[in-house]
Amino acid sequence: MAIDVDGKSYETDEEGYLVNISDWVPGVAEVMAKEDDLELTDDHWEILNFLREYYEEYQIAPAVRVLTKAVGKKLGKEKGNSKYLYSLFPYGPGKQACRYAGLPKPTGCI
Amino acid sequence: MSEIKKFMYLNRRAPYGTIYAWESLEVVLIGAAFEQDVSLAFVDDGVYQIMKGQDTAEVGMKNFSPTYSALGDYEVTKLYVEKESLEERGLTIDDLMDLKWEDEDEDWAEKDSIILVSREELSQAMSEQDVVFSF
Repeated sequence: MAIDVDGKSYETDEEGYLVNISDWVPGVAEVMAKEDDLELTDDHWEILNFLREYYEEYQIAPAVRVLTKAVGKKLGKEKGNSKYLYSLFPYGPGKQACRYAGLPKPTGCI
Repeated sequence: MSEIKKFMYLNRRAPYGTIYAWESLEVVLIGAAFEQDVSLAFVDDGVYQIMKGQDTAEVGMKNFSPTYSALGDYEVTKLYVEKESLEERGLTIDDLMDLKWEDEDEDWAEKDSIILVSREELSQAMSEQDVVFSF
């Protein structure tokens, strides 16, 4: 499978995750969100950027409960809870946000 | 959830060349979702898995050593390292990554994850486990 962003094709796996993380450009998230009828706001981007930094540092996509805790620590308690994260990413902050951010499916996601 | 069991993941092999070390780490991260009492042990060539300054550019495998630093986030905070295995390889604890976990109950105070143990102490710790996974 593949998605098209600005005339360029990006390879994705059978669940829609980017095959090459290093391919990622912000447009990938925009196109994926549009397919889900979701408009990305600054709040979404805050989480997506957080995930990309997390991957950069640890080389894994965090499980959702780990993401929740880490967001709470870095961005504040009012954001470090599943209610807030699910309000942004209704298909699941782990899976959906990681996919938009170009990360693999979260490790420990069962 | 049923009662909490003690799980130990025993790592005996060098990090690259085989898939064991990475597989072990993935299983640990997945297993951590079950909120059991998890510990890791590094013995024999397994101690190389948590060495500082790993560079895999020449071997064509992903350098996954940064992922060990995420274990604390997964509430895996006990990493036993066998003293004799380090000594036999001319290594000391200073050759290992400075792995920490943050205690949420103490305002995120940083604590050491690595516990240096003798062979005897490790076999004692192993005998207290409900399950030992060997990689």
